[in-house]
Amino acid sequence: MNPITPIINGMKITLSHMFMKPVTLQYPTERPKVAPRYRGLQALKVSHSKAKCVACYLCPTVCPAKCITVEAGEDANHNKYASVYEIDILRCIFCGYCVEACPVDALKMTGEFELANYKRSDFIYAKETLLEK
Amino acid sequence: MGMEILGLPMMYYIAMVAKVLVAFVFVLLTVAYATYAERKIIGHMQVRLGPMRTGWHGLLQPIADGVKLFFKEEIVPSQASTFAFLVAPLIALIPAFITFAVIPFGGVIEIAGYKIPLQIAAYYDTAAGQVFDVNVGVLYILAMSSLGVYGIVLAGWASNSKYSLMGGLRASAQMISYELAAGLSIIAVFMLSGTLSLNKIVELQSGMGGFAWYAFKQPLAFFMFFVCSLAEINRTPFDLPEAETELVSGFCTEYSSMKYAMFFMAEYANMVTVCALTATLFLGGWNGPLTSMMPLLGPVYFVAKVYFLMFVCMWIRATLPRYRYDQLMHLGWKVFIPLALLNIVVTGIIGYFI
Repeated sequence: MNPITPIINGMKITLSHMFMKPVTLQYPTERPKVAPRYRGLQALKVSHSKAKCVACYLCPTVCPAKCITVEAGEDANHNKYASVYEIDILRCIFCGYCVEACPVDALKMTGEFELANYKRSDFIYAKETLLEK
Repeated sequence: MGMEILGLPMMYYIAMVAKVLVAFVFVLLTVAYATYAERKIIGHMQVRLGPMRTGWHGLLQPIADGVKLFFKEEIVPSQASTFAFLVAPLIALIPAFITFAVIPFGGVIEIAGYKIPLQIAAYYDTAAGQVFDVNVGVLYILAMSSLGVYGIVLAGWASNSKYSLMGGLRASAQMISYELAAGLSIIAVFMLSGTLSLNKIVELQSGMGGFAWYAFKQPLAFFMFFVCSLAEINRTPFDLPEAETELVSGFCTEYSSMKYAMFFMAEYANMVTVCALTATLFLGGWNGPLTSMMPLLGPVYFVAKVYFLMFVCMWIRATLPRYRYDQLMHLGWKVFIPLALLNIVVTGIIGYFI
């Protein structure tokens, strides 16, 4: 077999690639475009300036990583609401089952993906931080 | 100006020191920025960006690398042969730089009535009216380039590590094999030129408006010399002495800090030298259009040719995977040496009848 042609063909390919636009994303300065259905950090939806969650316990039940903690409470109008709603982000696998399970559409997943932090305790997201902005 | 030392005018010494300084600094800068160019070019060939953060488009990257390596801890393995271990990087580095002494990088320029040939080991004899340089320049270069292997073999042996030793052994075997083919392929050039002086060889290629290159008369020798040189300086696809996938880092596995940097400087300086030598022997050296009218164009053409060849080296590195050891030996002994011998015979026959 002629050994020269494949080398020349390869050289042609590398040369043509040199003039292509690089695909590199200069991350901290350039931001990636997050897909609309991307599964990032969860957020509790807000309706009438209150979380829609009714503390039905379906999300901690369905959660395969067992990272959601919910405690129910009763408000002034005798309605059930989540007095405690915590997600342990270190355990969460971002499967989105909690969003699927929710009967009142109180939970959603956002495009937020920069979840690094300094302390372990900071990874347990409380209700206040999870509320939709 | 009237003063003479050892029968040579003062201007001779000033010009000599100036030439050495300019050439050395230029080669050193080229070596530093060759690393940057390589990362950039290979990056873009892989549709990446390469260094972007240090300075504008990463332009300060070689300096950052140098400073980083300079401040790293010097580690000498306890079982290493200390003296040889310390001396090996120097032995690798020095021949890479001193080769430049005989390479002509320009024609004769005139400063304050004194004619200076732009080649370090050369002077213009006003009585004879011609340039005298080392008349066995190519032999000198071949000798120096084979000295470089001592540094690598010594590094491999002195480290007292199996990976390093394997790297050193590979380097020596590879260099011996390819030096033969490289030497044989440039014999065809000497059969055309009839001289070993690099200055004369460049002069002989000055016809046809500076395009009477030996590359056109000896395309096979040009190709073989360039490929064998790549093998001799351990560039990809022949970088077996430091094959990361098999030998960690080959002969420089145990090296750290500035000693490691010196091996890399030697590698890139060797690349500059080999490209300069190829340009001199086959691409007409500093010859080009209009050099007789503007002598300062000579160095420009020369640098352009050298940089082009260096780009080709990097281009090859971005394209080809590393050869297997048996393939390397097969290529050297069974392909290049017979081809080089055949080339000599054909050149001889043609030269005899024409």
